[in-house]
Amino acid sequence: MSFDEWYRQDRLPHIYCAGCGNGTIINCTLAAVDQMGWKKEETVFVSGIGCSSRAPGYIVTDSLHTTHGRAIAFATGVKMANPDLNVVVFTGDGDLAAIGGNHFIHGCRRNIDLTVVCMNNQIYGMTGGQGSPTTPMGCTSSTTPYGCTEIPFDLCELAIAAGANYVSRWTSYHVKELEKAVKVGLETKGFSFIEAMVQCPTAFGRRNKFKQVADHVEYLRAHSILKAKVDRMTGAGETVPEGLFVVGELAKRNRPYLGAKMVAKTEAKPGEKS
Amino acid sequence: MTRTEFWQGNTACAEGALAAGCNFFGGYPITPSTEVAEHMASELPKRNGVFIQMEDEIASMASIIGASWTGARAMTATSGPGFSLMMENIGFAAMTETPCVVVNVQRGGPSTGQPTMAAQGDMLQARFGSHGDYSIIALCPATVQEMYEMTVKAFNLADTYRVPVFLMADEVVGHMREKIIIPDAVERVPRRELARGTLPFHTGGDLAPGFPQFGRGYSVHVTGLTHDERGYPAATNPKLHAALVQRLVDKIELARDTIADYDIINPDAEDLFIAYGAPVRTVQQVMHDRPKEKIGFLRLRTVWPFPEKALSLFKNAKRVLVPEMNLGQMAREFERHTKVSVISIPKLGGELHTPDELVAVLEAR
Repeated sequence: MSFDEWYRQDRLPHIYCAGCGNGTIINCTLAAVDQMGWKKEETVFVSGIGCSSRAPGYIVTDSLHTTHGRAIAFATGVKMANPDLNVVVFTGDGDLAAIGGNHFIHGCRRNIDLTVVCMNNQIYGMTGGQGSPTTPMGCTSSTTPYGCTEIPFDLCELAIAAGANYVSRWTSYHVKELEKAVKVGLETKGFSFIEAMVQCPTAFGRRNKFKQVADHVEYLRAHSILKAKVDRMTGAGETVPEGLFVVGELAKRNRPYLGAKMVAKTEAKPGEKS
Repeated sequence: MTRTEFWQGNTACAEGALAAGCNFFGGYPITPSTEVAEHMASELPKRNGVFIQMEDEIASMASIIGASWTGARAMTATSGPGFSLMMENIGFAAMTETPCVVVNVQRGGPSTGQPTMAAQGDMLQARFGSHGDYSIIALCPATVQEMYEMTVKAFNLADTYRVPVFLMADEVVGHMREKIIIPDAVERVPRRELARGTLPFHTGGDLAPGFPQFGRGYSVHVTGLTHDERGYPAATNPKLHAALVQRLVDKIELARDTIADYDIINPDAEDLFIAYGAPVRTVQQVMHDRPKEKIGFLRLRTVWPFPEKALSLFKNAKRVLVPEMNLGQMAREFERHTKVSVISIPKLGGELHTPDELVAVLEAR
């Protein structure tokens, strides 16, 4: 089976704008899911509201397209009630970090066995380009017409601090790395969080001097710095330049988790719940 | 063998849920409903069920909807402030036709109000609280026995009609202890599974579609967007939206006679009480104290959809007296269905009406 068999062909074409990065992230995710050898009937995609959250509607599994910000809470119900299902959440920066921030934190804290893929386009795309909790300072949006004056969230730092077992960040430029990261996330028990920085030419790029889609993707590439490089520089006492975002595997650990599969129940270690 | 217990209403509710096969509870602590969650936390793990304390009531409601799609009989319990937070996802459950049970042990509002005192102030919120048009079912227990029985019933109705069902209790009934007879077994109406080869939101004559449970290969897409029979978004199709919302309302409203649950006492009386929940007990006391008078009583267990046919059975009624622990929320609804004068007997403050308070209205002819 190849990953395009995971698409719901009769729902295409999709609603995404020309040049949108979300399709890249969905492709990478489905490629990783396909490599897991999971059966479609054992896999559930859950999402909230926004561009990213439309993804489950294009995938030919059971899927739950829920209310704004609440995907992780719904997914928690699905996973806890039937731990044999593989549950993957698609979300975006507004859905996850603004209205859904509390559920994100508690999903990480519970370390429930979900994989959450966040398409971070640093803007509210579906409603036409309002500032989000990840809009960089100085950037223009329809609700920050004079430049954003708030400090953005670092979603990965948040996930690590809150307790997620696996955290990584890549961009729509780093497709191979992203696919691999999602796969590790799917394999890792507990809460896996993969942040994918994506271009949004319609709502973000056109207001922020990215005349071509490729300009924005190039920006994402040029402003990412490998975790290994940051570690090397920090170790050598060098100053890491500002304005960059760290990409790579940012956390991988084995804390007790919630939502163990039924078969694993009998061998569950103390501290593991199912 | 049945057995007799002396239980608190909230315990009876939790035990009723367990008897009905509830295997998932997602909740958040709130007075005066917390004992329901505590009892489920203690009992569900022993029965391979799942109890999870969520981060708030928004998440609680979300979790039971998610659980329900895996086939679980799922429930949450809350009170006014939590009920308010649940409203958006209650609308999602109505739109996606997700069976679930929400217990609201009502307390005095608005806002934080009276956490430890009783009220019936959420009766209209239960019916209309989420945005858009939809219908739900709401039951009102007046005794500890009914906390048990009507929780069972709530699950059966939720699965039959694929709708959120509310058990609209109150602090009096939730916290009072009284004798309860536990049956050996209770009736469990199974959720009807979707016939293979049928579109997931295609309905026949009964207006409620079969259920395509997650994990069984139905490949169902569930969305809160206006959707077609395939479950696919069709949010800009005016006719489809109108037909979908009309069906969501009709499947409950056209079944109101089937869903109806009430007692009728002295149907030829001129003075008629209508009550639901804790005020039922005061009306019963008044009738007990005045055995020679013919006092009519329509005692509602199903409040939404309102069984208006029951009102028409009181042919000689000249006055309808409605004691409620709110400012006349349901009295307005009853007024719509009768030409007889409806007299609201509101009571705020958290205490039951006294018999004297009802007698005063009864005698003020």
